[in-house]
Amino acid sequence: MAKLAVKSTATFPVPTIEPRAAKAAKKPDEFKSEIKPDWCPSCGDFGVLNALQKACATLGIPNKDVLCVSGIGCSSNLPGFFKTYGIHSLHGRSNPIAAGAKLANPELTVVITGGDGDGFGIGLGHFIHNMRRNLDVTYLVMDNQIYGLTTGQTSPTTTIGTQTKSTPEGCIEHPINPMALALVSGATFVARTFSGEIGHMTEVITKAISHKGFSFVDCYSPCVTYNKVNTYPWFKSRVYKLEDQKHDTADLRAALDKAFEEEKLPIGVFYKKEGVPSYEELDPTISRLGAPVKQPLDLKPADAKALKDSFR
Amino acid sequence: MAKTSMSLWIGGAAGDGNAFAGRAFIKACSRSGLHGFAYNSYQSLIRGGHVLLQTAVGPEKVYTQADDCDILIALNQDTIEREAADAALGVLYNGDRLKLDAAKLRPGAKTLALPCMKLTSNPLLQNTVALGALFQLTGLDFALFETFLKENFDKKGDAVVSGNLAAAKAGFEYSQKNFPDLGIRLPKREGRHMVMTGNQAIALGAVAGGCKFFSGYPMTPASSIMHWLSPRAAKFGLVFKQAEDELAAMNMAVGAGIAGVRPMTATSGGGFALMTEAISLAGMVEAPVVVVEVQRGGPSTGLPTKTEQGDLFQVLGAGQGDFPKAILAPIDLEDAFHSTVEAFNLAEKYQMPVMLMSDLLLSEHEGTVVDLDMDVKLERGTWAVPGQAPEDGGFFPRYADSETGVSPRAVPGQEGLMHVASSDEHDERGNLISDVHTDPAKRVLIMNKRMRKLEGVLRDFKPTRLEGPEDAELTIVGWGSTTGMMRHVMRHFNQNGAKRVNILPIRYIHPFPADDVLSILKRAKKVMAMECNYTAQLCRLIRMETGFHIQTRWLKYDGEPFYPGSTIAKVSEVLRG
Ligand SMILES: Cc1ncc(C[n+]2csc(CCOP(=O)(O)OP(=O)(O)O)c2C)c(N)n1
Ligand code: SF4
Repeated sequence: MAKLAVKSTATFPVPTIEPRAAKAAKKPDEFKSEIKPDWCPSCGDFGVLNALQKACATLGIPNKDVLCVSGIGCSSNLPGFFKTYGIHSLHGRSNPIAAGAKLANPELTVVITGGDGDGFGIGLGHFIHNMRRNLDVTYLVMDNQIYGLTTGQTSPTTTIGTQTKSTPEGCIEHPINPMALALVSGATFVARTFSGEIGHMTEVITKAISHKGFSFVDCYSPCVTYNKVNTYPWFKSRVYKLEDQKHDTADLRAALDKAFEEEKLPIGVFYKKEGVPSYEELDPTISRLGAPVKQPLDLKPADAKALKDSFR
Repeated sequence: MAKTSMSLWIGGAAGDGNAFAGRAFIKACSRSGLHGFAYNSYQSLIRGGHVLLQTAVGPEKVYTQADDCDILIALNQDTIEREAADAALGVLYNGDRLKLDAAKLRPGAKTLALPCMKLTSNPLLQNTVALGALFQLTGLDFALFETFLKENFDKKGDAVVSGNLAAAKAGFEYSQKNFPDLGIRLPKREGRHMVMTGNQAIALGAVAGGCKFFSGYPMTPASSIMHWLSPRAAKFGLVFKQAEDELAAMNMAVGAGIAGVRPMTATSGGGFALMTEAISLAGMVEAPVVVVEVQRGGPSTGLPTKTEQGDLFQVLGAGQGDFPKAILAPIDLEDAFHSTVEAFNLAEKYQMPVMLMSDLLLSEHEGTVVDLDMDVKLERGTWAVPGQAPEDGGFFPRYADSETGVSPRAVPGQEGLMHVASSDEHDERGNLISDVHTDPAKRVLIMNKRMRKLEGVLRDFKPTRLEGPEDAELTIVGWGSTTGMMRHVMRHFNQNGAKRVNILPIRYIHPFPADDVLSILKRAKKVMAMECNYTAQLCRLIRMETGFHIQTRWLKYDGEPFYPGSTIAKVSEVLRG
């Protein structure tokens, strides 16, 4: 590759972002990067990537205004395939990384992506705290109920009895219920969808990104290589759409009931609460002065003097 | 001739109001143009226990707390039992509540009992009475005490202010009529000095240094940085975030740095241990971030309220792999301010994590500062000009190779500079090379590019220099807060123009200024090191970086800082030997 010449400047070019308003739709291809996904053929993560690209295209968000933050895992490779700004961070730390970036520049549209190990195992604490903050970000978990990248160990959503590399006699721990957890932790948008239903997934992700506040989407995303139990046919025979039912998305208790269904698996929006202020809207600094990234760095001489005098 | 400098100790249980009394005294001294130093020896308790605030003041710069006190203010019986024998001139106490056996005092020291019940109707004002007497005994301007009381109790209403003023006056007058002259006359000089702690100097440096994001998790002795910043955050456009743990605090700071602001986090040793993975991430994605590590006694939870310098190797080794980072260890209050600004400039100019190492003594002691030059220069480094998206449709080469190793920076929201900040090894565009079969050439190119930044960092560092006479008999080497005691000892031995001692305070830990340090040590006649840790961590670092082996070591790891008497005795022995 030829040496890449870059034009540079010594002054910080402050990022300018137009407020998120109805914008002309774009083509999903505009969100495709030059990098070809390296997932196994038919991996559920392809569906999530496609649906996310379609959702952003439908909403017409300028690519440069999106920041996609992931952790580590097969699913966390997603930012490389998605033509926006990205942070491919540490295993389990996508939530705090995203929180820091969002608080530094609240005008960004922040989408967090990752796996169930990343979000419900090593990163579980951060996930809960971002929900109770009602940070205005979208969190998509590609839930394959297994550790993919590390070649098939048990995950926090692996069901009891499932044999994996690390549970040869079957998993003996109770799985996390991500839906119930999100509902009781203060997320203001909680949904589930399935990679085998791209249209449905696109609609749900579009709604999630449009929602103001923390939106969580648990995406059933089969690992075709290491999870021989929760396969596409397994999901196909169990999922049903809440949109086809009389489900009231404003009813937290009804949503909790749905979260505990086991025989059949509801997909769609479980719960949505509008009008709850987001963390950024309540933050004492951002609410008064706007985005920290736009603040001038130098202290005013009068402020410097007053600060010194406060110590005298 | 009356004494113009003195040491005052104030002892009681936590909650007895030692801190209030200490502040009143040190403020009056600093406003009289005097210098001061206050070290609070305390326990990890909210109420009870024994807290001893040790202050020393005088017309000359004060570098340390003293071995004993001239006057002790005892707020409880326990303090009398523990400390009265260390008072040279007198012990002030509430004679209605406490008992002091004059026979237990040093020869010549006076019992100064205040009949507090008679002097004030409010038992809560016994400290104010004692301070009134103290102002009389030391010759401090009583008007300065009145001003302090008004400033302090203004919000509580007129009744509280006037009650305190009356109690203060009663104490002053009682002392005038009944106590002997102790032979102390603190002078009044030109100027009003500032009084601050090391953590306040760091927090002030953060505000002056353009910090716009602070995330942290409470941990003694770092918490007072957040306590100073959080109420002032909104005024200075800084977002303050208490995180759920140190993992989050550090990762939030990295996220904020990637998004284009100057971020900071602060913690102590245990919290820092949780941050290390994300420090390595900052090195890899070339994000600026400043991490303050205020050391306390270790290992593990250790001695939460005691000082130590035992984390040098933890901070030096922090983070998996080789990556560029800088470590600064400020040596005094002024330097704590300036090092913080310097840390932010280095972090942005070289797009890397910068660690600032302090310790409980530097961070929590209060001292006077004559002035601070707050007109600091902020350097934000090199930025990519927006709107230069690669024609091939690929990601922007955020990590483009360059002679300095620094690549023009780009942040989310800018036009035409999209890329992924990747924690996996990547090429110039941020595309992963970890997933390709193997690409040794690219790996070496990018690794060299990142590490090359350290050459510039080392050039940017100010020279490391000796303080004191060039050709002294002994060179004392140390780092961080220990510099205060080194300066005290140097002044002691070099009185009347003697050239017995010079000192080498090290404030850059990494990259190590090996050339400067080695040339100084080679020229030294005799070298000794002093540090607050068990394994002589600085000595080991110096040997590792320069090959120079410092054999004479004065180490302390009992939780308390160095004291002048024992240190001077040790240095005398080394000078003789
Ligand atoms: C701190 C740390 N611990 C462990 C790992 C190894 N690791 C990488 S991905 C992963 C789990 C992947 O599972 P999941 O998050 O569910 O993602 P998937 O690969 O299934 O998409 C683990 C344990 C790591 N990278 N970092
Ligand atoms: S291992 Fe599983 S999760 Fe990973 S890419 Fe293959 S199918 Fe997808």
